[in-house]
Amino acid sequence: MRMQNLSLLLVLVGLVSLSLWWPARQGADGFAGTDGQATEEIARLRPEYEPWIQPLWQPPGAEVESLLFAVQAALGAGLLGYFLGVMRERNKDAES
Amino acid sequence: MHIAEGFLPPAHAAGWAALALPFVAVGLGSIKRILRQHPERKPLLGVAGAYAFVLSALKLPSVTGSSSHPTGVGIGALLVGPAAMSVLGMVVLLFQALLLAHGGLSTLGANVISMAVVGPGVAFAVFRLLRSWSFPTAVFLSAALGNLATYLTTATQLALAFPDPHSGWIGAFAKFAGIYALTQVPLAVGEGVLSVLMVNVLLAHNAPQLRGLSEGGKLA
Repeated sequence: MRMQNLSLLLVLVGLVSLSLWWPARQGADGFAGTDGQATEEIARLRPEYEPWIQPLWQPPGAEVESLLFAVQAALGAGLLGYFLGVMRERNKDAES
Repeated sequence: MHIAEGFLPPAHAAGWAALALPFVAVGLGSIKRILRQHPERKPLLGVAGAYAFVLSALKLPSVTGSSSHPTGVGIGALLVGPAAMSVLGMVVLLFQALLLAHGGLSTLGANVISMAVVGPGVAFAVFRLLRSWSFPTAVFLSAALGNLATYLTTATQLALAFPDPHSGWIGAFAKFAGIYALTQVPLAVGEGVLSVLMVNVLLAHNAPQLRGLSEGGKLA
């Protein structure tokens, strides 16, 4: 199991590394988000379309946005670890 | 798969919201039932929600030179059932719509359908279908195909709202699916691999709560 997990982890690292290396070699840059590309495609299909409602609040700038994404990931990771730990401890108590 | 705020016409936005509502209602009932009948599975709900929270925060590069999200809802569908995931997925989408302007309130219904209903539904069905054949393959394919299904649903939703003037909504679907699908394939593979890893960890440390996941019994 340990070997399997280690090789799965290596596959993941390899996948991300390949994704970073290959497009750069092809001259692509920026790694534009697909959601943004879809919005551009809408503008091509229906140039007259205007979004009829704006977000209530938008992060002021890319830096703040990356901060909030990091907060989301950190919150998620913290909770994930907490709940895994809760289950592990409960199972230990049940055994003893 | 986050359709941006205002980028579905009001009628479409309302239609998808109306369609999403019963799924979320059933999901709330399912969560209540889990808490009442299987209180020992409460932390599993936390794991499912937290995992989706982490994964949907990660914008990953793809070999196509674009970047996109994993969804993280596949594992939750296996742990607590696809119904409960419609609620947990909606919480994630709400957080991103309100704090990150990623997705939107008007498009929440459509995004819930793609990420929190279709994705977990496909993941659950694939897992059920393949579980007795090969457990790790079932986990891998359920997360990977659930991820792809989410993005194909988004492409369908956009194509229905913005049909191509010449080739109709099929042409528009080809365009939107072209944007999402290719980029998404390596990310779907990645999410599949991570899911197997995650389930391995869960089975190693939390076997009592997961009895049924690997033995073919009924989960949640």
